[in-house]
Amino acid sequence: MEKIEARDVNFYYGDFHALKGISMDIPQNKVVAFIGPSGCGKSTFLRLFNRMNDLVSGSRLKGSIKIDGQDIYAPEVEVDELRKNIGMVFQRPNPFPKSIFDNIAYGLRVNGIKDKDFIRQRVEESLRGAALWDEVKDKLNASAYALSGGQQQRLCIARAMAVSPSVLLMDEPASALDPISTAKVEELICELRNEVTIVIVTHNMQQAARVSDRTAFFYMGEMVEYDDTKTIFTNPHKEATQNYITGRFG
Amino acid sequence: MDSLPIYPSGYDNRKRRTQAVAFGVFRIFSLFIVIVLFAILGFIIYKGAGVISWDFLTKAPSDGMTSGGIFPAIVGTLLLMLGSAIVAFPIGIMSGIYMNEYASKTGWAVKFIRLMTNNLSGVPSIVFGLFGMALFVKYLGFGDSILAGSLTLGLLSLPLVIRTTEEALKDIPDGMREGSLALGATKLQTIWKVVLPMGMPRIITGLILSLGRVSGETAPILFTCAAYFFPQLPASVFDQCMALPYHLYVISTSGTDIEAQQPIAYGTALVLIVIVLVINLLAGRFRKYFENKLKMK
Repeated sequence: MEKIEARDVNFYYGDFHALKGISMDIPQNKVVAFIGPSGCGKSTFLRLFNRMNDLVSGSRLKGSIKIDGQDIYAPEVEVDELRKNIGMVFQRPNPFPKSIFDNIAYGLRVNGIKDKDFIRQRVEESLRGAALWDEVKDKLNASAYALSGGQQQRLCIARAMAVSPSVLLMDEPASALDPISTAKVEELICELRNEVTIVIVTHNMQQAARVSDRTAFFYMGEMVEYDDTKTIFTNPHKEATQNYITGRFG
Repeated sequence: MDSLPIYPSGYDNRKRRTQAVAFGVFRIFSLFIVIVLFAILGFIIYKGAGVISWDFLTKAPSDGMTSGGIFPAIVGTLLLMLGSAIVAFPIGIMSGIYMNEYASKTGWAVKFIRLMTNNLSGVPSIVFGLFGMALFVKYLGFGDSILAGSLTLGLLSLPLVIRTTEEALKDIPDGMREGSLALGATKLQTIWKVVLPMGMPRIITGLILSLGRVSGETAPILFTCAAYFFPQLPASVFDQCMALPYHLYVISTSGTDIEAQQPIAYGTALVLIVIVLVINLLAGRFRKYFENKLKMK
């Protein structure tokens, strides 16, 4: 079943044509990786799925993006409701200057949940889900800034998962982390795939190969090739893909 | 084997000498500022400390303002600070939020408001006084009153409050806003729960500094509020009041016996300086407090 359907997506920053006629289906509960050199449009494309690009003034979208069959750019869509269902993890860990507990509880509270027992239970579940519970269970009231970078990123993943999204967008989630923290985040992705559809942008091709089911290669605003990860990395159909994954450019 | 060239050669010596001279000059100028500040403070304390007493701080002036205290002026200044805060803080903070968070950064609205606030902060304070008199005292009929004075002082401090709020919010990384929005928070929730708390230390500092400025202003209250002699405490916001800077001006220029009043003038100046100093120290404290609250344990 297709979770996300993008049809003939063109996106502009002012006069700059950032995405050129991209169509793509993203299946439910799979991990899809976007790879490509810097500036190829992969992050821009990702940020269309939770309408984060709405914040960029002077940007324009043509084409349609449907999630669960509904056009997410239809005028009657409430953007905050959409974003609650489409979680996002950013390149740099961005915990709020609040306690660990309050960071996780934030998403629940802004969505109107007041039941304290439920919040406490969700905080624990989310932290367990992000394999962070054992490290922080004794200091839930400590500042999130006291955590290491890798822990902060897992906190951000837990924070995103706490509001039970059905899609998790990850924008180079491990590029600011050390190798051990990266491995933990990758493990986490493999566990979360049962619960959510994951779309991950990465610069690291080994990472794409390790964690994803399908991979899309972007170049200069176009989607060059999109196939099973195995096919992309062993037997790509396009020469550009071949050149990129073998490190001849990028 | 050549030795590592870490010992000075001719050129390197010149380089170091230039550096020593440059920093020496910087240091002298910095010290100069400190000396000037201490000279002013020392002079005021030397001349004014003699008259400071419990009676001076708690009694009204008497005998044609040649003796007695300055209590009504202290109260008046504090009331005017409070009044201007009530006027300027909400409007200024909300405008600052609007300019940084809502309005399009390159749109005409923001450019126009910024141009206006910049110009406003360059307007001499006596012009604010005239404007306040025309609008609040005459047109709106508040008369010479604490209300008119507070409104005028509030207008005067508005640009500073708007500016500091805007600058404080500008420094908060966009990642924080995106993180909040991505969880389904509305823009208002994001501002209220993430952006404002993060900007608080700097906003509070700006607010308190604006209070310090208000406390020392004479011109804006000259035609709108300040009383030459009003020994009882004001009963409502429609009363006039005395104020420290104006009192200082009055007894130094148009007193009944300027010679005899000189110590009182210095005492008044000392009290005013102490108030401003305390306010600035408080600003530092508040800033620390809010910063710690953000970092937590």
